[in-house]
Amino acid sequence: MNRLKTLWHRLGSPRWFFEISAPWAIGATILGLIGIVVGLAWGLAIAPPDYLQGNSFRIMYLHVPAAILSQSCFILMGLAGAVLLIWRMKLADMVVAAAAPIGVVFCVLALVTGAIWGKPTWGTWWVWDARTTSMLVLLFLYFGVMALRQAVPREETAGRAAAILAVVGMVDIPIIKYSVDWWLTLHQPSTFKLTAAPSMPPEMYLPLLISVLGFYAFFAGVLLFGVGNEILGRERRTQWVGELVRSRQS
Amino acid sequence: MSFSTWHDFLYMGGHYLYVWSAYGIGVVGIVVTLARPLLARRRFYAEQAQRLRRETHSAEAGPNASHSS
Repeated sequence: MNRLKTLWHRLGSPRWFFEISAPWAIGATILGLIGIVVGLAWGLAIAPPDYLQGNSFRIMYLHVPAAILSQSCFILMGLAGAVLLIWRMKLADMVVAAAAPIGVVFCVLALVTGAIWGKPTWGTWWVWDARTTSMLVLLFLYFGVMALRQAVPREETAGRAAAILAVVGMVDIPIIKYSVDWWLTLHQPSTFKLTAAPSMPPEMYLPLLISVLGFYAFFAGVLLFGVGNEILGRERRTQWVGELVRSRQS
Repeated sequence: MSFSTWHDFLYMGGHYLYVWSAYGIGVVGIVVTLARPLLARRRFYAEQAQRLRRETHSAEAGPNASHSS
């Protein structure tokens, strides 16, 4: 318990976080890239074709991780937003700032690859059904969080406004998740379920698992690096950042 | 291996346009996600180094020099 308390207090020190997170950022990014390359190559070339969809199903190895990550990223932003609003921890604000531009890319990827996959499978690029529409709402929520951070001139107020939207926006996550069960949709039900065995054979399932884990590690690494950027930007007038800049010049 | 020839692999059973465009966009997305913070970090160090140089210069030149400029 005491250790947890010490950790909590240390999180208030940006310099401590910057120094401790730097090697993790690089390690997780590299590990994630390896996972993504292995997972996607395996899915593209080695996994057997789907008996119904043929080879177009291979888009899944990209689409599913992107969709999962865009939602996980938003949950993280919502939680960080709550921490900022309750405890006013600056690091939480930096997490929101660093996560939003990553999550928005994953969200666009999920929507675009979904549309491309939809054309040969459903016969249309887009349908206004529950899953796709709630996912589009998530994209606009990302835009909202990013726009709020930029539009409000005072940094602290901007952070709080974005945090409120991130917290409230989390309502969309269970809607996305259960949309395929609550309503009749064209979208197929979840590929991953925590409570049931996968509906796919392992030759199809394993590369997807590797790809998803790779995306998670990649996200974690890039996020830590982005938080590092936020810390440097806000602490640029301090002694330790000055020394860091000087040490890099020589 | 699911494909016996390179042609089969690239052809994707006729779905090549969909599969390869999706993966192309995916690669672009990952590269953008990776490059954005790396470039921001480089830019930050360059800007700060410049600022530090400027401040040391004006300090060396003394208060009169900074008044006249």
